[in-house]
Amino acid sequence: MTTTHAYDALVIGGGGGGLRAAIELSERCRTAVISKLYPTRSHTGAAQGGVCAALGNVEEDSPEWHAFDTVKGGDYLVDQPAALLMTEEAVEAIYQLERWGLPFNRTSDGRIDQRRFGGHTRNHGEAPVRRACYAADRTGHMILQTLYQQCVKRDVRFFNEFYCLDLLRDDAGITVGIVAFELATGELHVFRAKAVVFATGGYGRMFRVTSNAHALTGDGPSVVWRRGIPLEDMEMFQFHPTGLARLGVLLSEAARGEGGIVLNSEGERFMERYAPTIKDLAPRDMVSRAIYQEIKEGRGGGPAGDQVYLDISHLDPKVIEEKLPDITEFARIYLKVEPMEEPVPIQPTAHYAMGGIPTDTDGRVVVGADEDVVPGLYAVGECACVSVHGANRLGTNSLLDLVVFGRRAGDDAARYVREADLATPSERPEQPTLELLDGILGRTTGDNAGEIRKELQDNMFELAFVVRSDESLTKMQQIIASLRDRYERVAITDKGARYNTDLMETVELGYLLDCADALVAGALVRTESRGAHFREDHPLRDDANWLKHTLAYREPDGSIRIEYKAVKMGPYVPMERKY
Amino acid sequence: MVTAAEVLDSSDQERPTTDTIPLTVRVRRFNPEVSEDSWWDEWTVRCDPLERLVEVLHQIKWHHDGTLSFRRSCAHGICGSDAMLINGRNQLACKVLAQDVSPRVTIEPIRGLSVLKDLIVDMEPFMDGYRSILPYLISDSGEPEKERRQSPEDRHRYDDTTKCILCAACTTSCPVFWGDDGYVGPAAIVNAHRFIFDSRDEAGRERMKILSEKTGVFRCRTTFNCTDACPRGIEVTKAIQEVKRAILFERF
Repeated sequence: MTTTHAYDALVIGGGGGGLRAAIELSERCRTAVISKLYPTRSHTGAAQGGVCAALGNVEEDSPEWHAFDTVKGGDYLVDQPAALLMTEEAVEAIYQLERWGLPFNRTSDGRIDQRRFGGHTRNHGEAPVRRACYAADRTGHMILQTLYQQCVKRDVRFFNEFYCLDLLRDDAGITVGIVAFELATGELHVFRAKAVVFATGGYGRMFRVTSNAHALTGDGPSVVWRRGIPLEDMEMFQFHPTGLARLGVLLSEAARGEGGIVLNSEGERFMERYAPTIKDLAPRDMVSRAIYQEIKEGRGGGPAGDQVYLDISHLDPKVIEEKLPDITEFARIYLKVEPMEEPVPIQPTAHYAMGGIPTDTDGRVVVGADEDVVPGLYAVGECACVSVHGANRLGTNSLLDLVVFGRRAGDDAARYVREADLATPSERPEQPTLELLDGILGRTTGDNAGEIRKELQDNMFELAFVVRSDESLTKMQQIIASLRDRYERVAITDKGARYNTDLMETVELGYLLDCADALVAGALVRTESRGAHFREDHPLRDDANWLKHTLAYREPDGSIRIEYKAVKMGPYVPMERKY
Repeated sequence: MVTAAEVLDSSDQERPTTDTIPLTVRVRRFNPEVSEDSWWDEWTVRCDPLERLVEVLHQIKWHHDGTLSFRRSCAHGICGSDAMLINGRNQLACKVLAQDVSPRVTIEPIRGLSVLKDLIVDMEPFMDGYRSILPYLISDSGEPEKERRQSPEDRHRYDDTTKCILCAACTTSCPVFWGDDGYVGPAAIVNAHRFIFDSRDEAGRERMKILSEKTGVFRCRTTFNCTDACPRGIEVTKAIQEVKRAILFERF
């Protein structure tokens, strides 16, 4: 049984980017949000520390300084016009959130309070600046709630627990809709639409230690990749330095913004050696690499010597209670450590995909070196690559990305659907999806998806994490090939129609394998170190050869072809990245 | 349909296994495709004492019974997907550690909402309650050019109720909610509180009118189950009392 629906625009994903786009769209055309989770379960809600904009509420600031920091933080792989646009529009985007009711923390005179965050500086690197607007350490939660509230107000149509499994394009490549699987019933739905906005989030679940939710399996990138769209800069994956040891649960950079420091097993504040000017507030890639180096040189702690420590015990307890309550609770609950009294064991955790579906600054998906627009197809947020984060995203810029480009994509899509016709999908457009699902459901014996997932996660953590090399990546590529092989024979025990999460998780594993494959392919060809991508066999940045984006295409035979695209430059000339 | 108890390996072999502990997990199952009645299944696993219960459920699902179904996402208490009745108390499975419940834990779906499969319940009636209280800022007094001003003191008045993650642990622990189809329940009132006490909002009276109806706040019998159940530590009963007082004295 397949049900067919028709809308002007579809948004795939109910996190911050998707909801922001939906707000823009729903006022202007028939819109539906297709989300595999209830929207308020989305991972935007896990973002903690803040969202940056040069409001200048507590000290002098300017959008241009913010743009400079974003470009330098991204190790110059950022498309500079996009960064200038984002930081300029940031100010109005924050005011808009406030008008929609977001409960920001306030200054004594009632304005939005701002605090320090990694890599955000005054006047091109002079000193840390207070730029992050925040709501305690649950800023993402408040953004998600506020945007969802605005969707309730506008009576936006949601299809919750519907899982998008295919993108429909006609012979000319024009977007005509999607196919989704309804979790509650197991039925397939064809959604016809003129415009489709992908906002499915990241794919951190390919790594064993990650801050990401179980749901973050690269669904959007993989679905479009299988339909001929390239993926950009997939090798650029951020490892956040302060994940709870062993678990990877995020401890916000806000802890350091409020004065927390990172210590090695000798109690040394080692960031003073790596980033003498801004120390613990250096960008995430640098802190994660410094931690790796400390551990390598024997100054790691914990049972396996693979942890360092985040110390906030010297902070005023009132600051901790009011500004960092959630992360304090995480340490207490999950590690049984009291942060007010002792340092918290941490290790780098897979956190954020800078790469993804290539788009322009209107969220339109673009392919190839010449950036040909795919009519009717959009992507925003972590699943997209604008690229405003380049090789390393600055803290808080992900939330900003969602609201700025969510709005822009929604706005452009609303204009597009006014001119476009609702095209007819081919005969039985759900057929490939049916075959995908029946293939998994039909096998009674075969490989276990849980084992394949565990091997993927363990190996990605060992071989494609903070430090990489030709050797480790080549090995990883072979492992992925063999895991893909086993995935073709995967069998599950749940054969039912109702809430078959066994089936859903197995489809998700296929998407994770796709994204891991693209990530490793990009990492292997990029024989330099830039931002989050560190190759110990090529430890330096190489602008002469590598100041360019990678585009990974999936070939019909399953192999990957890499093309390149120029970085859009602007006022900032690449310099050595020192802090 | 009780399965034989089985002993699994440690849930994560990378970790030191010297100090794993045994945990018998008893789950109330339901799947109308299989049977009209619910049944119990039981597994015994060895796991790290600090293992989260939601990850123990994953190990059972991934390595023993793929049909075991539950919602989960973030696994650290912020998305609100995995509220369950754990040893008789509503909790998030990702905020309960194995050592806190070992050697035996009983898991059932949260109460008062129809069970759809195993630990998955129909969230729609709960979300209807939430939507009924106008859960969005309403202000007609013109939009300022920049931000509205709000003093830290005014911001503090509704701080606690902004923490709600809509997990339904409070509402489905409430005896009045179990017995009365119409009661909006604690979570909806918490979210009303969040706006009623926000100095920027201008629709407090409208919300209080909704909550003073027979399905509203006066159904609350102050049993405090909701406060005990809230995984975010929100003082739910206090918030409900504040809304009641605001309605009675028209002061907020």
